[in-house]
Amino acid sequence: MTKIKSLADLKKMKDNLQSKIALREKSDSPEGRVIIKVAMATCGIASGSKEVMEYLVDELDKRNIDAIVTQTGCMGYCYAEPTIEVALPGQEPVVYGYVDTKRADEIIEKYIRNQELVEGIIPMNYQTIEKDKEGGKA
Amino acid sequence: MAKFKMHMLVCGGTGCRASASDVLYENLKKEVQEQGLQDDVQVVTTGCFGFCEKGPIVKVIPDNTFYVSVEPKDAQEIVAEHAIKGRRVERLLYVDPTNKKQIPDSKGMGFYKKQIRIALRNCGLIDPENIDEYLAADGYEAMGKVLSEMTPEEAIQEMIDSGLRGRGGGGFPTGIKWQIASKVAGEQKYVVCNADEGDPGAFMDRSILEGDPHTVLEAMVINGYCIGATKGLIYIRAEYPLAINRLKIAIDQAREYGLLGTDILGSGFDFDVEIRYGAGAFVCGEETALIHSMEGERGEPTFKPPFPAQSGYKGMPTNVNNVETFANVPVIYNKGAKWFASIGTEKSKGTKVFALAGKINNVGLIEVPMGITLREVIFEIGGGIKDGRKFKAVQTGGPSGGCLTDKHLDTPIDFDNLLAAGSMMGSGGMIVMDEDDCMVAVAKFYLDFTVEESCGKCSPCRIGNKRLYELLDKITKGQADKEDLDNLRNLSGVIRDTSLCGLGQTSPNPVLSTMDNFMEEYLAHVDDHRCLAGVCKDLIRYEIIPENCVGCTACARNCPVNCIAGERKQLHTIDQSLCIKCGACLEKCKFNAVEIV
Repeated sequence: MTKIKSLADLKKMKDNLQSKIALREKSDSPEGRVIIKVAMATCGIASGSKEVMEYLVDELDKRNIDAIVTQTGCMGYCYAEPTIEVALPGQEPVVYGYVDTKRADEIIEKYIRNQELVEGIIPMNYQTIEKDKEGGKA
Repeated sequence: MAKFKMHMLVCGGTGCRASASDVLYENLKKEVQEQGLQDDVQVVTTGCFGFCEKGPIVKVIPDNTFYVSVEPKDAQEIVAEHAIKGRRVERLLYVDPTNKKQIPDSKGMGFYKKQIRIALRNCGLIDPENIDEYLAADGYEAMGKVLSEMTPEEAIQEMIDSGLRGRGGGGFPTGIKWQIASKVAGEQKYVVCNADEGDPGAFMDRSILEGDPHTVLEAMVINGYCIGATKGLIYIRAEYPLAINRLKIAIDQAREYGLLGTDILGSGFDFDVEIRYGAGAFVCGEETALIHSMEGERGEPTFKPPFPAQSGYKGMPTNVNNVETFANVPVIYNKGAKWFASIGTEKSKGTKVFALAGKINNVGLIEVPMGITLREVIFEIGGGIKDGRKFKAVQTGGPSGGCLTDKHLDTPIDFDNLLAAGSMMGSGGMIVMDEDDCMVAVAKFYLDFTVEESCGKCSPCRIGNKRLYELLDKITKGQADKEDLDNLRNLSGVIRDTSLCGLGQTSPNPVLSTMDNFMEEYLAHVDDHRCLAGVCKDLIRYEIIPENCVGCTACARNCPVNCIAGERKQLHTIDQSLCIKCGACLEKCKFNAVEIV
């Protein structure tokens, strides 16, 4: 890995990385991938999110679904762990709670394949500052 | 294969279910079926929307229509109007309480603006073990800006202007703290991150470190630049293995990218971070005790002054800030002090992260702007009290804080208001209690914790708290008299006024605040030898109500000490001399035939 030597370098790097992520998140093209984030803080892991993540990685691979599974921190819905966020290409992400391997299977088969919503959706109840940026930053 | 054009999300949380959302769900499904729309409209139950006050909730996607207080009989109209004709059912829309206008779209509702994630902005968004994702989310940009475009004085001024106050509990203005540390000369200055989160039920700092470790590193570099320190130390409890692991990964990645180390981003400024482990002593969250622990000494506090800014780690000027405080820092430089200061109340700016726990539906981590009321936090975001019980009190500030009651529900939460109400912000634990909690027992629980965690250096805390605990124990056993109550109050005052550090100075708060707000419960224990909530074992008795008992034998079979006698289909009786008051009989009885008296 090369070192970042100045603020300009850092910004350049960020632009590259951002477009990579934006492509991943917003692409409408058929090759756009599904992005799954598994909440892997202590609360999630204690409730079995590790098993769910492994299951998702293995099963998506087996079923030939092009998806990116990443881990992330606590989404705040500790009462409903394990929680995962599934973003289909070009769509608003959906958060699912109480995800065990059985429900994960259902999410793959029903939601990811057929865009049919599955039980256990958790409504997102906070604002992110990113959203605020669009509206508020003059 | 069906491709749905519309989704109807029906809330399946406890609150909505209690108002028949399950019947509503069935009705909607049936109606969709009858209209032949089963291939176009999908009806799904979801988790709690948190808006239980106006339940049951139905949300229609893709147009984001938000229906409130929907009854089972409304199903037909919703399907006929909304699904078939594409018209919203206006009478079921949410009405904004301030301007009396109907709000059709959930995005326009004030409720969903109640949480703003600043410190938690990346938690649940990025992969904490991948620095590239942090960089893509504006990571290290604030550090780059400060290092290459601002002088330390300018950067400190920005921090002062933002109005950020320490999130560890005390609420000291962060910018002022940095300014003091910057003005003291020293050979080697230090920046310390306090990650010794010890309050029972609090997990804000852990979640930040687990979800977004780089933000803390970035803030520490900025802090180092401002005060002229080149070394940073993170004091974290060894009980947080996942947070430690992710921090280590983050430090390695930052070093590889040259974001920690020498000549960061070509600015000529050097800074590096090391981790130090705490052994889980509560008192080590106090900054002087924390510093002694890092030095290899006993984790005991010393008298202030000298403050760490004058003589801290190894006698050198040291600035100590808490994890959540640091997590706010990069955003302040990215979005400006003015933006940050626009959120919150006059004297408390920004947001606060709370760990919601106890008898509440949505246990979890929330971040709300300062100035929000307890009512909004508990009943809207928290989804109300579990099992429809009645709210009694909320404990904030952990063992150093106090209990707030329904008369405080509409007080805006900020540092100063909580202090005035006899509690404190603390680090952000918020434990909700219902009518089944005995407030004397709650005070005793916290005192038990304090006695265990007192370092023993000063007598008021070491001996005084032990005596306080004994008095409370006497009360919960029904052996206390009025004089004991006076002693309890007097002793609390002495401990508060004469202890060496914050631990002792605040340890009587749970006692004082419960005495102020729930004196009737203390008096019931003392005068009538009764525990109103039915918690204190020495003051309660389990008895079988003859009219309700059908002789099913469930209680007798589950009694661990076999103290319940009775034949099948005959009245059962409890032998009080053997009963250990475990409550198993009450729990198992399906006929409400066991009561606490």
